[in-house]
Amino acid sequence: MIKLSGIEKIYDSPSGKVHALKGIDLDIARGEIYGIIGLSGAGKSTLVRCINMLERPTAGKVIVDGQDMMTLTESQLRQARKSIGMIFQHFNLLSSATVYDNIAFPLKLSGMGAADIDKKVRPLLELVGLEDKANQYPSQLSGGQKQRVGIARALANDPKVLLCDEATSALDPQTTKSILALIKDINQKLALTVVVITHEMQVIKDICDKVAVISDGVIAERGSVLDVFTNPQHRITKEFISVLLSNDLPAAFRGNEISQDKTPGSFLLLRLIFLGDRADDPVLAKMIRNCAGLECTMLFGNLDEIHGVPFGRFIIGLSGADDAINNALNFLGGEDVRVEVIGYVRRNPAAVE
Amino acid sequence: MFAEILPLLSKALGETIYMVVVSMAIATAIGLPLGVLLHTTAKGQILENVAINQTVGSVVNAVRSIPFIILMVAIIPLTRFIVGSAIGTTAAIVPLVIASIPFIGRQVETSLKEVPSGLVEAAQAMGATPFQIISKVLLPEAMPGIVSQLTTVIIALVGESAMAGAIGGGGLGDLAIRYGYQRFRPEVMIATVVVLIVLVQAVQFAGNTLAKRLDKR
Repeated sequence: MIKLSGIEKIYDSPSGKVHALKGIDLDIARGEIYGIIGLSGAGKSTLVRCINMLERPTAGKVIVDGQDMMTLTESQLRQARKSIGMIFQHFNLLSSATVYDNIAFPLKLSGMGAADIDKKVRPLLELVGLEDKANQYPSQLSGGQKQRVGIARALANDPKVLLCDEATSALDPQTTKSILALIKDINQKLALTVVVITHEMQVIKDICDKVAVISDGVIAERGSVLDVFTNPQHRITKEFISVLLSNDLPAAFRGNEISQDKTPGSFLLLRLIFLGDRADDPVLAKMIRNCAGLECTMLFGNLDEIHGVPFGRFIIGLSGADDAINNALNFLGGEDVRVEVIGYVRRNPAAVE
Repeated sequence: MFAEILPLLSKALGETIYMVVVSMAIATAIGLPLGVLLHTTAKGQILENVAINQTVGSVVNAVRSIPFIILMVAIIPLTRFIVGSAIGTTAAIVPLVIASIPFIGRQVETSLKEVPSGLVEAAQAMGATPFQIISKVLLPEAMPGIVSQLTTVIIALVGESAMAGAIGGGGLGDLAIRYGYQRFRPEVMIATVVVLIVLVQAVQFAGNTLAKRLDKR
């Protein structure tokens, strides 16, 4: 549905040329929710504006629904933009127009008559749950309600694509959840292709099918959300994920030296990741049964799910004879679980009973 | 005595209102598009054109830097050409219009600048033409500000019209100078000043009320 190839964007700024995008390739399939995550200044907002040509790329190719956006004339471009809805961090509603008139705005631009406009606006008000607010002005609405107006307005022209530029970044967590649920809902109801720009991994985790991590004008990592979450490769991806999934050691071990060799009184800490149907297998129980002389302490555990796939993360501490520990590592190696050996760490004295 | 002043006052007030209303109407009809031009051709705006912006901007600044009393005298030939005479209430309208056009242009430009750029971007993303952005986004969103700014212009016009009156244009300024000053009749002077104060207060009140009603922010 959207195909970006070799997108470059260079700005002239007072301090010289800024290379905001350095050769981005991106393929977004029809009906997909594609997340683009990056820190501020990474170029993600510029990238999403290249899709509807609010920013014209310095080089590269932008194809939306089979149309080469770079070669369109001004009036063809205006026409093409009508099938690309967009919502914004700060909503960008007309303060001088009511909710109804804001939603009707893109239709008025197309010269639609009042009766036809009414036929389009009423169902949209209902879709976003604002039937009773039709005659209010944006200043009378909460942030979440304003974004609902933004969404309804973006959908008025029956677009094929919806671009969301930090659409939930100005909202509180609860409102974010409800707006994301609405976006997911319209994605499914209308088979809409959605591009989500965000700096919050939670947003990606909640609604996206695929994710691209953008850093310093290039895509550092991309893939299905499940893959990227469970097996992040790039440093920046790990940082984004660590906001949601802490990688810190448990308090009793934090700050102590991690050694690859066994030292007296230390525990071998392992990080285990269970995925899919195996997330609830009794792997640890089996391990303890199979390895005589092994002591196993559960230090951290978390079960989550991404797109309905269970996803468990644990930190366990092993102690006991070397044989027993080696047995345990061998046993885990044969199971369907990802094992990361952190190393031997001593427990803080204060934490010992 | 009061009965003698009253007809003088009401005639003068009528002339002042005539000068202000006609000048304001003509100056707004030209100044408003001028303000739109100044704003939209500026760097980063929808009709960016640095050459036009700087040329028009310089002309506006030049006219605005001429004190009204000098402008009025300097353009007497133009006034005579347009109206057929350089004296009288109608003749006063020509310099009033010329002085007000760049004033209104800048005031409108200031109000348009306050419209968040995100709104323009949103309209562009919806496929709006530059004309639609001006007529359906910029002007409606800036309208409360424009009304406030135009109120200021009207009040400035009341003052300038008094000056125009002093050189034969009629109106309240003319009355105050001829009767109050030259004929040593302080009561006419005071009455004129009172009428001017009431007039300006009324204009300001009406402007504030309208701006507030338009402002939905």
